[in-house]
Amino acid sequence: MRERMANFWKHLAQQPWGLWWIQARRLVRIEVRRNLFSWKATWIYFLAFIPTFIIFIHLMADRHNASWMSDDTNVLAGIVQLYYIRLGVFFGCLGIFSRLIRGEMIERSLHFYLLSPVKREVLLLCKFVAGSISAVLLFGSAMVADFALMYAGFGAAGTDYVFNGPGLGQLEAYVAIVVLACLGYGAVFLLLSMMFRNPTPAAMLVLGWEAINPVMPSILQKISVASYLRHLMPVSVSANGIFALLTVQTEPVSAWAATLGLLVLIAAVLVYSCYRMRSLEIRYTTE
Amino acid sequence: MNDKIIFEDVSKFYGEVLGVNRVSLSIPPGITTLVGPNGSGKTTLMNLMTGLVQPSSGSISVMGLSPSNSPELFRILGYCTQFDFFPRGLTGWQFIFDSLMLHGISEAQAIQLTIEAIERVQLGEAAGRKIAGYSKGMRQKVRLAQAIAHHPRVLVLDEPLNGLDPMARAESIALFQELGRQGMHLLISSHILDEVDRISDRVVLITGGYLIAEGSIQQVRQEVREKPMQVLIRCDQPAVLASKMFAINHCVEARLHADGRGVFLRTADIDQFYSMLNGIAAEGLVKIEAVAPADDDASAIYQYLIGSDGSAS
Repeated sequence: MRERMANFWKHLAQQPWGLWWIQARRLVRIEVRRNLFSWKATWIYFLAFIPTFIIFIHLMADRHNASWMSDDTNVLAGIVQLYYIRLGVFFGCLGIFSRLIRGEMIERSLHFYLLSPVKREVLLLCKFVAGSISAVLLFGSAMVADFALMYAGFGAAGTDYVFNGPGLGQLEAYVAIVVLACLGYGAVFLLLSMMFRNPTPAAMLVLGWEAINPVMPSILQKISVASYLRHLMPVSVSANGIFALLTVQTEPVSAWAATLGLLVLIAAVLVYSCYRMRSLEIRYTTE
Repeated sequence: MNDKIIFEDVSKFYGEVLGVNRVSLSIPPGITTLVGPNGSGKTTLMNLMTGLVQPSSGSISVMGLSPSNSPELFRILGYCTQFDFFPRGLTGWQFIFDSLMLHGISEAQAIQLTIEAIERVQLGEAAGRKIAGYSKGMRQKVRLAQAIAHHPRVLVLDEPLNGLDPMARAESIALFQELGRQGMHLLISSHILDEVDRISDRVVLITGGYLIAEGSIQQVRQEVREKPMQVLIRCDQPAVLASKMFAINHCVEARLHADGRGVFLRTADIDQFYSMLNGIAAEGLVKIEAVAPADDDASAIYQYLIGSDGSAS
């Protein structure tokens, strides 16, 4: 056993990490450029910044009274949990990550990467990193803008809430949630795009699964991105009517356990994606 | 290191559709042309040796490397595919430069190799424009530039002359010949058979996923012994020569050359034909100026072995 471990570490040490690092940097730059600076990404900008636009209108048009700050805090929590996690980041990541492999097969340009001296696993992981950077840049900056605009109208009370109260802690939690949501949904959609010619129907199933997941047995709740993120919310959202289904209280889990659980889920999905990437064939005629 | 491209009993099925079946090949350095009708399996063979598809059975080795070992393989191999698509929004320059940067070389080196590749395919100032605005010939050139930019030892070219105007075609052929002379492996698929003749050291004929023949054009023609060979004889009295040959019951077909100063004779036994021709020449009745095989070219072999409809005879 010890000898096997020694061989494993020796094998790892012999890998061309320096070359992989150079290739990874270049690949990520190319992919981020393609993800963010293309007309096809316009609708993802829209998904990310539509709440920002609405909050900006709210800032300009509505009166702000310090006593209403807790209402706006709840509204912001609702936007994060009900819009960003359920819809915005979900569909944004569907657009970004399903393009990375399947989109390039549809555009018939993936072979250029497969014909370069880059290990396929490195290519897949770099595409995932580039997709994650793109999604986090869009949704993370939208989240920060939402937060700033939400409290900007309250003047000194708002500043006090953010810098001397729980504000910054909440912002950190929201940004962490958005980052984890991007990574989690990104990994899932990257895999789905490799498994299905059209990943959208499968994504709709995932959306349905995420919606009914809170009422599933606890073991099944672990196979869900949103269920982990729910435990990281700094402000609990109490919703009525149909939204109640989206905010069902699940088995309490600590923030660290939820983060670790989600990272394990992401790692498992990426390992399986790497396995599929190895045997990926270019047969554009079937696309 | 093994300097050959080797296919050992390779089959590829796309579901129930046959790509290639039990192909065994050993390709030495030089220019080798894959000849066959559409859907015969040429591109499948190229995709198999570059790892874009995996064989259903059998094994492939490119100069001792497995196609699944992409980091090593694509340092020595360039593949100019026939897919006429490119990553969105790139200029020709960016496309070649980005590809080179994935080799892990320095930016300065990548710039130098990009300039060199652009000059080699004579893309000129068009390299600075978006590929989306390129003509078909320019897109073919930029693909070729990308494939040769890193100085590969094996170059795989799928229909590289498609879409090129006569001038660009002549330039490309000259480039292929130069690369072949430098000891590179060039594997080319082409429909343009008269140009295949000019550049190939070897041909591989394939149809319906089956390998029909391989070797130099002359070797392959020799192997097709059951098909009568056609010889063009330039002489002062072609009609007399034809009648003489028919009189000794040797020729199976005769056709006068359009200029009236030669005759095409078809014979089932080329060795006996030449000895009889020597006899007629010695008699002095006909003054023979030149003798040349008229059908040991790729086009004739293609017609014999594959047929104009693409079905093997």
